[in-house]
Amino acid sequence: MAGGREIKTKIKSVQNTRKVTRALEMVSASKIRKAQDLMKASRPYARLMRQVIGHIAKANTEYKHPFLVARKDVKRVGYIVVSTDRGLCGGLNSNLFRRLLGEIREWQERGVEIDVVAIGSKASAFFKRLKVNLVGTATHLGEKPQVAALVGVIKVMLDAYTEGRIDQLKLGYSDFVNTMTQKPTIDVLLPLPPSQDLSTTHDWDYIYEPSPETVLDHVLTRYIESLVYQATLENLASEHAARMVAMKSASDNATKAIETLSLIYNKARQAAITQEISEIVGGAAAV
Amino acid sequence: MSTIRCDIVSAEEEIFHGNVQMVVAAGELGELGIAPRHAPLITRLKPGQVRVILENGDEQFFYVSGGILEVQPQVVTVLADTAIRAKDLDEAAARKAKEEAERALANRTDAIEVAQAQAELAQALAQLQALERLRKNLKH
Repeated sequence: MAGGREIKTKIKSVQNTRKVTRALEMVSASKIRKAQDLMKASRPYARLMRQVIGHIAKANTEYKHPFLVARKDVKRVGYIVVSTDRGLCGGLNSNLFRRLLGEIREWQERGVEIDVVAIGSKASAFFKRLKVNLVGTATHLGEKPQVAALVGVIKVMLDAYTEGRIDQLKLGYSDFVNTMTQKPTIDVLLPLPPSQDLSTTHDWDYIYEPSPETVLDHVLTRYIESLVYQATLENLASEHAARMVAMKSASDNATKAIETLSLIYNKARQAAITQEISEIVGGAAAV
Repeated sequence: MSTIRCDIVSAEEEIFHGNVQMVVAAGELGELGIAPRHAPLITRLKPGQVRVILENGDEQFFYVSGGILEVQPQVVTVLADTAIRAKDLDEAAARKAKEEAERALANRTDAIEVAQAQAELAQALAQLQALERLRKNLKH
């Protein structure tokens, strides 16, 4: 019976692959929940932070922080790119990178240079190959990313902005819309887009301790950090959702492959049996 | 007894919210006790305790590793840092991020590529094994 055993082996190996993809699918399904919980837990901070910044904007401050002032000509742009650490999550990273690449090409055609910091191994590997100016990386953040792990890369970019080495800072990540949809998103971090209710300046001001400059600097830095942190959490939820979907389709494909292979195997077996019978019959007739 | 709303949050989680009689925290320029109708104030916090006195007189303590305290007429907001932050620590973190980037750029065989190569190797080995088996079976 020709090829019977090979088909059998192949079926076994596809079955094993399906076991792995099934397991990955289930693991991701449970991790989405956790990632969403993290997202939810981080929201109050960002909300209160925006509130405080809104208050500061309304207060009668003389001091204008550089983060709030838009610069006229842009010579260099910084990107903070949030990607996953691991693969097997469908087109999640490549969709984001494609969007970023489009923007970066546009900048480069206008003679604007690009600095990138990468969060996640995939972004690090991608931008390394691309030969853009990679100025910082943070990888292996795990299932529960900590703000502390992101401080370094953010500071690299904020310092570059304060010192005038970059004139704009953008943030690219995969936004978690729902389990089926993740949207590659690029936001402007710096200069901070002005808030709507800036017009109503009140005639009060804070008591600043120690001084408006230091407090404002602190608040705005933390605000940017919280935005990047939230993007990281969005990206984490997106990663698990994308992986779940990718692994589900892989499992389905494996099931189909097994069906087809079983059919081939059974046909081969049947053919072998038929042949054997006809050989026996032929042999008996000869005797 | 009048009270004021108090929110204590960190970037990673909500820590406390509720009405309190007083909030006591370690501001950068000294200990602060915030009672209702305090003037608007915004200050940085030193690492230390934040103490709130609840409506019923009970006290609760929270440890913060720095942050910001904002006082508005209706609400006291504490935006706590999740880790000890200092200028030199931040700078060390920034340096580390840069170094990692440099290492990623300089080193052609970093961890990801090794993992990728290993995966490809495993695949190739499996295919070779399958071919070998096929060849043996054909000989028989």
